[in-house]
Amino acid sequence: MSGPLLSLRRLGVTFGGLKAVSNLDYDLPRGMLGGLIGPNGAGKTTVFNVITGVYRPAEGSILLEGKPIQGRPTNVIARRGVARTFQNPRLFSDLSCLDNVRIACHLHCGTGLADSMFGTPRSAREERDIVIRSEELLGSFGLTKYRDSEARSLPYGEQRRLEIARTLATEPKLLLLDEPAAGMNPQETEALMRLVREVRDRFGLTVLLIEHDMKVVMGICERIAVLDYGVKIAEGTPEEIRRDPKVIEAYLGEEP
Amino acid sequence: MQEFLQQLANGVAWGSIYALIALGYTMVYGILRLINFAHGDIYMVGAFAAYFLARAMGVGTVVEASPLVAAAVLLGSMVICAALGVLIELFAYRPVRRSSRITALITAIGVSLFLENAGIRIFGADPKFFPQVIAPRTIALAGGVMVTNHQIMVVVVSVLLMVALTLFIQKTRTGKAMRAVAFNRDAASLMGIPVDRIITITFAIGSALAAAAGFLVGLTNPKIEPLMGIMPGVKAFVAAVLGGIGSIPGAVIGGLVMGISEYMVVGYISSTYRDAIAFVILIIVLLIKPTGLLGRNVTEKV
Amino acid sequence: MSGARGVIGTVAAIAVVWAIDWAGSRILNPYIYRVLVLCSINVILALSLNLVNGITGQFSIGHAGFMAVGAYASAAYTVYAVPLMLGAEASKGGWVAAAAFLLAILVGGLVSAVAGFLVGLPSMRLRGDYLAIVTLGFGEIIRVAILNIDAVGGARGFAGVPQRTNLAWVLGGAWVTFVLIRNLMRSYHGRALLAIREDEIAAEALGVPTTRYKITAFVIGAFFAGMAGALFSHYTYLHTNSFTFMKSIEVIIMVVLGGMGSLTGSILGATLLTALPELLRFASSERLIIYSLLLILLMIARPQGILGRREVSFRSWFSRRRSRPTPAT
Ligand SMILES: Nc1ncnc2c1ncn2[C@@H]1O[C@H](COP(=O)(O)OP(=O)(O)O)[C@@H](O)[C@H]1O
Ligand SMILES: [Mg+2]
Repeated sequence: MSGPLLSLRRLGVTFGGLKAVSNLDYDLPRGMLGGLIGPNGAGKTTVFNVITGVYRPAEGSILLEGKPIQGRPTNVIARRGVARTFQNPRLFSDLSCLDNVRIACHLHCGTGLADSMFGTPRSAREERDIVIRSEELLGSFGLTKYRDSEARSLPYGEQRRLEIARTLATEPKLLLLDEPAAGMNPQETEALMRLVREVRDRFGLTVLLIEHDMKVVMGICERIAVLDYGVKIAEGTPEEIRRDPKVIEAYLGEEP
Repeated sequence: MQEFLQQLANGVAWGSIYALIALGYTMVYGILRLINFAHGDIYMVGAFAAYFLARAMGVGTVVEASPLVAAAVLLGSMVICAALGVLIELFAYRPVRRSSRITALITAIGVSLFLENAGIRIFGADPKFFPQVIAPRTIALAGGVMVTNHQIMVVVVSVLLMVALTLFIQKTRTGKAMRAVAFNRDAASLMGIPVDRIITITFAIGSALAAAAGFLVGLTNPKIEPLMGIMPGVKAFVAAVLGGIGSIPGAVIGGLVMGISEYMVVGYISSTYRDAIAFVILIIVLLIKPTGLLGRNVTEKV
Repeated sequence: MSGARGVIGTVAAIAVVWAIDWAGSRILNPYIYRVLVLCSINVILALSLNLVNGITGQFSIGHAGFMAVGAYASAAYTVYAVPLMLGAEASKGGWVAAAAFLLAILVGGLVSAVAGFLVGLPSMRLRGDYLAIVTLGFGEIIRVAILNIDAVGGARGFAGVPQRTNLAWVLGGAWVTFVLIRNLMRSYHGRALLAIREDEIAAEALGVPTTRYKITAFVIGAFFAGMAGALFSHYTYLHTNSFTFMKSIEVIIMVVLGGMGSLTGSILGATLLTALPELLRFASSERLIIYSLLLILLMIARPQGILGRREVSFRSWFSRRRSRPTPAT
């Protein structure tokens, strides 16, 4: 199928009187690694929240593979293939890393409730498969040694990695990453960005990445949209964005 | 029509009691997000404090029932309960303030059980007859509605206290600080508001209002006993939720709605359904408006 | 548990339960026997409430309402339906009566599960304290409704319910409840419930239909509470006073004392809180004063309960605890 994987059409979100996002049009082609940037409070996270159904849009529509998803419950949107991370990681912090990933396998489980409660062989088989798949994912993110540790006990950087590993267990088509490099030093950021690109290639994903820090995005995103006060002020390749006077103005005083 | 007005009058009087108790729930909830289960028992202690104060002043034997004595009894029991509320906050709730909400709630249940059983131990389980601080009289209103002077007093005192509370919260420095703490405790603390003291004051005021309710109930239904706080406590909490918990006018409206609907059920259906109607109304209201009548909807920030 | 081992385990458990009952009714004095029966019923209640409050992180304070529904539904079934179906056969005891009682327990559970579904529905829109107050309201409405139904005795209480419950039935009930909920917790369904407790928004974002699972937790919890009610109503005099708000609170305290989220903790909490007050026979108000002070102290000193979220297993008593890989830095 051709056409963009995700398109936002005249999207608007309001909180009380505040217009957090207004009249946003945006297309994200399949396989692309897109970036969404803008100063703090520009409405970037709100865009993610509305795509994933956490907030309802006041107006406009959201199309995934050409079909509208706005207003659907978050779990249905996840089932359609949208996975995300959160600006502040939302791990299941009292549960083990393995459980964090196992929970994310939910969409691909099918045994009935009765099978589980009576512990039938069918249920046991499925549970074994889930463990194998989850361990694989932990392995490919270098988290095997934390398999049985509580998620809260992980170092911050590892928590962010675990959160990404967890989203991949849902086998998404579209991955939304909200400031994945926040709180990391330049080396860690570098490694993370390599990882994001690798993941995109290996799993054949489309990725949309929010970043507050322009420099980070420029290195890896192929196409960038810039938000300011909820309005898209520019869109284009990193080169175009870097030269755009409106973007420079929006970031004036924000970035050195 | 006359029957309706009569039940309405009874309902307003009884609803004012719920409203006074509900105010304490809503104030504490607004500031600590704690359902203070012991609040209904503070109301019970208020009734007993008034009972013993009145007896100590010789009401019924030596002293003529006079408004002055009544006022002294009312104020005395309010002071005693304010102190009790402060002590409870200090020794039971403050140590668990940083724990989870369920921990705080169970603590409140513990305090409630403690007050009830200490009440049984100290006052005895049998009902006591509240002395006639003010001699009862029946007054005929327009439309053939009969009310007692006690019922009128209940409404008048409740309204006065509610007006005083509203003025206090809107106009005084402490009241404003209270609202700030309710809005955002951490921010208030950063702005130099003495959060601990504000919480103490909140408990004192809420408990004093519950004591007033206890006194007024003693006047109208003179049988008081140590478990008398359980049902009104639960229902007043329901009233607070119904009105939108955290909202002061909401608590008043919720209390009146509950009192009136209970008397309407008694008058038109059957008194055996009285205890259920409050909850039926509550559930219907919450399903239509999940934050209660006057509660504000907020979208959780993600 | 794997199929074959499960069957063997269940058969063994049934044998053990009957043996305990056989021995119990001959050796134990009637008072201790009674305490054991009540312990087991409370274990079922605590386990089922733990599923809703401890594991799914909801906050039900109307659990006694489900118990009441199960108690009255099963009692009405036994009193009115069973004689119609079986005639005089049912009152003779023996296997037929036992089968009828088993059915009555299931009826209690199922009717209560329907109530659980209805109470769970508002969890779509309400959370936290608002949901809690709805469950409280449900418990009170049920109680008042039953008080007004003459066929089940109303305010007089429901007399004439045959006393079929014995230690074997309640132990069996507790065992079944424990095993089924434990199995559930070892599956992806159980983990979905935990995910809701931990972070509802993250759970949704990973594709867990949280509303459906919250309702499921209410339905399963209500089913077992109804079962406990059925066992209770066929054991002792049946009156709505046994299902007040205080009973709900009592079960919450059992769950919290044992440790929210720990199944073995619920067993421990229910047992302690049923047995201790019975065995230490103070005058009742003094006992409750001490009890309430201990409760407050426990919340201040150890709010996570005795076991926290850990589970105790028999195996770990014999072998050394599985060593956890420690996170390297
Ligand atoms: N749930 C909410 N309620 C009220 N205002 C909100 C909510 N979520 C976001 N906002 C407001 O919307 C604006 C955009 O926020 P956000 O999307 O988080 O910005 P960004 O991610 O670009 O930093 C901000 O002004 C923020 O305060
Ligand atoms: Mg953001």
